[in-house]
Amino acid sequence: MSNGNKEVLTGHQVVANAMRQVEPDVVAAYPITPQSEIVEYFSQYVADGKVDSEVITVESEHSAMSACVGSAAAGARTMTATASQGLALMMEIVYIAASMRTPIVMAVANRALSGPINIHCDHSDSMAARDSGVIQLYGEDAQEAYEFTLMAQRLAESEDVLLPVMVTLDGFTLTHTAQVAELLPDRAVSDFVGEYDARYPLLDVENPTTQGPFDMPDYYFEHKLQQVDAMDNVPDRFLQVQEEFNDLSGGSYDGLFETYKMDDADYAVIILGSTAGTAKVVVDELREEGKKVGLLKPWLFRPFPAEEIKDVLLDKEAVAVLDRSLSFGSSGPLYLEVSSALSGEDTKPRLYNYTYGLGGRDIKEDQIAEVFEDLENPDLEDKMRYIGARQ
Amino acid sequence: MTTELKQKEEVKPELTSAEHPATKYLREERLPHIWCSGCGLGSAVTSLTNAYEKLEIPIDDIGVVSGIGCTGRAAGYFETDSYHTTHGRAIPFATGLKLSNPEMNVTVFSGDGDLFAIGGNHFIHAARRNVDMTVICVNNYNFGMTGGQFGPTTPQGATATTSPYGNYEDPFNLPDLAASAGAIYVARWTSVHARRIQQAMEEALSKRGFSFVEILSPCPTGYGRKNDLGEGIDELKSYQDRTVIKHGSDPGDAEIERDPEAEIVVGKFVEDDRPTYCDVADDYLQGQ
Ligand SMILES: Cc1ncc(C[n+]2csc(CCOP(=O)(O)OP(=O)(O)O)c2C)c(N)n1
Ligand code: SF4
Ligand SMILES: [Mg+2]
Repeated sequence: MSNGNKEVLTGHQVVANAMRQVEPDVVAAYPITPQSEIVEYFSQYVADGKVDSEVITVESEHSAMSACVGSAAAGARTMTATASQGLALMMEIVYIAASMRTPIVMAVANRALSGPINIHCDHSDSMAARDSGVIQLYGEDAQEAYEFTLMAQRLAESEDVLLPVMVTLDGFTLTHTAQVAELLPDRAVSDFVGEYDARYPLLDVENPTTQGPFDMPDYYFEHKLQQVDAMDNVPDRFLQVQEEFNDLSGGSYDGLFETYKMDDADYAVIILGSTAGTAKVVVDELREEGKKVGLLKPWLFRPFPAEEIKDVLLDKEAVAVLDRSLSFGSSGPLYLEVSSALSGEDTKPRLYNYTYGLGGRDIKEDQIAEVFEDLENPDLEDKMRYIGARQ
Repeated sequence: MTTELKQKEEVKPELTSAEHPATKYLREERLPHIWCSGCGLGSAVTSLTNAYEKLEIPIDDIGVVSGIGCTGRAAGYFETDSYHTTHGRAIPFATGLKLSNPEMNVTVFSGDGDLFAIGGNHFIHAARRNVDMTVICVNNYNFGMTGGQFGPTTPQGATATTSPYGNYEDPFNLPDLAASAGAIYVARWTSVHARRIQQAMEEALSKRGFSFVEILSPCPTGYGRKNDLGEGIDELKSYQDRTVIKHGSDPGDAEIERDPEAEIVVGKFVEDDRPTYCDVADDYLQGQ
């Protein structure tokens, strides 16, 4: 990255700045910890005339997403942000946003779902949306949250995609901490995202459309398959957007996930979000001891890059998937994806599932080091392990 | 052990044995509470425990329900049956509680954002149905807990974290809303009117039907300091100066303006009787 400005910014500030630079026509939101400051900063930018957007802080998240769908259907570029209970309350309309093919970009500051009520980070909120039809990108740090928000805009609005995109950042760990981040010049971002030209805007009175009507058994299925096709188009489109973004930023995105010291690794962990940063430190330390360890960090969780991840994992000895949410009565959501990606292969790594960090429970380097130690044991029992939980 | 020390030990139990009148209704082990100094929430809770005490409502007959917010935290401090519901859902939860246990004295204690933004729909429907419960709204004109954003009761022109140059939306006038939705008891007081609040709570708790008490309360942290209202005590002083007691007046005239000189109408606006939801349901079904 060469042409930008290095600054010390919180996760809230980078996302609010990305939104300012994208300059959506409409933002509709409702406050919730740990998201609130994103919309507060953005409201300040609007009030200061730094961005020409309409912000409406409506009476609930259900209303926020409804207003977003209305605005996007009208043909306006639309963004929102939420977390936890807010996303849960939005959920009915998140499905509508996806199926009505409205390219809304939303930030989710990951926070545990109630109950019991808790304001700290885990991924139960965004994981609950994994079947909604929204594209999901997980960022490791403020820089990724910023860059994904910009790329999300292009991805969402791609002609053969037209789906909402959720950019997640770990609540508090990323939202409330100040990190060095590099913002692109405003002008470069507006050139990159371009003008949004909605395909069937409701406000196009010359070409009236009816949107959202009743769908009977004779067509509902096919309409769902159109959504499937749109999702299938995402990986290629994301790679293309990355390439264009790299040209602009000097960055080096080139995949649907990041691999860290994976080439010759025998043992690997797979982690979403900020904890991947901690795992990198552990990988470095163990490498110094001569251990062949690595990390795989999915950026894209929906659609899940199963084939690509399988290719990276097949020759490994053992792999641990660290989930930051539960799917009660089953394995962790990330584990299920990886396990299904590897199914049907004769020679594949031993695969294990760990749950960590629920409700903001801290995870430390030595705990990740212990996971790598576990993996070296060829007789390790295949069962869910809960890192740092009193049992 | 010296005699001197012994003597000290002997007098100690006497000194600490006097029980605070509110204690029996509160979970002492949860104290101190989380509220800021100068916040009006502590005195609102005291008024409520005093009202329970005065009415001699057995602790086992009380259910306190709140949503999420600084005000919502109150439920966790009550030694009664209490439930901290999700944001906005205190009233439907309380409705279920009341229907399953019609003898219970159900109090909803929650904030302006909880009851009138995200939960606004429930308020008007419970009032319309005249479900027998008392709703106490601590109105501090903002979403205190999440950092002072404007909400449905923020006066026009007031500064909030989401309205840095003033809120341009029209706020609700809560007594008017409650009265028009069908509440059978509607009163408004401020944190400076501690005795009046208690009296209003006693009346509201004694009524059968949907009763509503609004308490205008300082939130120096979220609202006061952004709007040049000073400390909590300064806001109380301003209430002393600004409020005019007008019992039985038209709640439509009870709008709150931001202007620190503007009059604020307080008092009892509505005291009425009509069959409660349970009464109507029982009568109707018996007639079938
Ligand atoms: C569905 C949902 N959306 C948002 C929130 C975040 N939230 C918690 S409290 C609150 C506002 C509370 O305001 P109010 O009821 O006025 O209470 P106060 O803190 O001012 O006493 C909000 C928006 C939440 N907990 N759940
Ligand atoms: S933020 Fe406001 S409402 Fe909340 S405890 Fe502090 S003063 Fe009271
Ligand atoms: Mg409030």
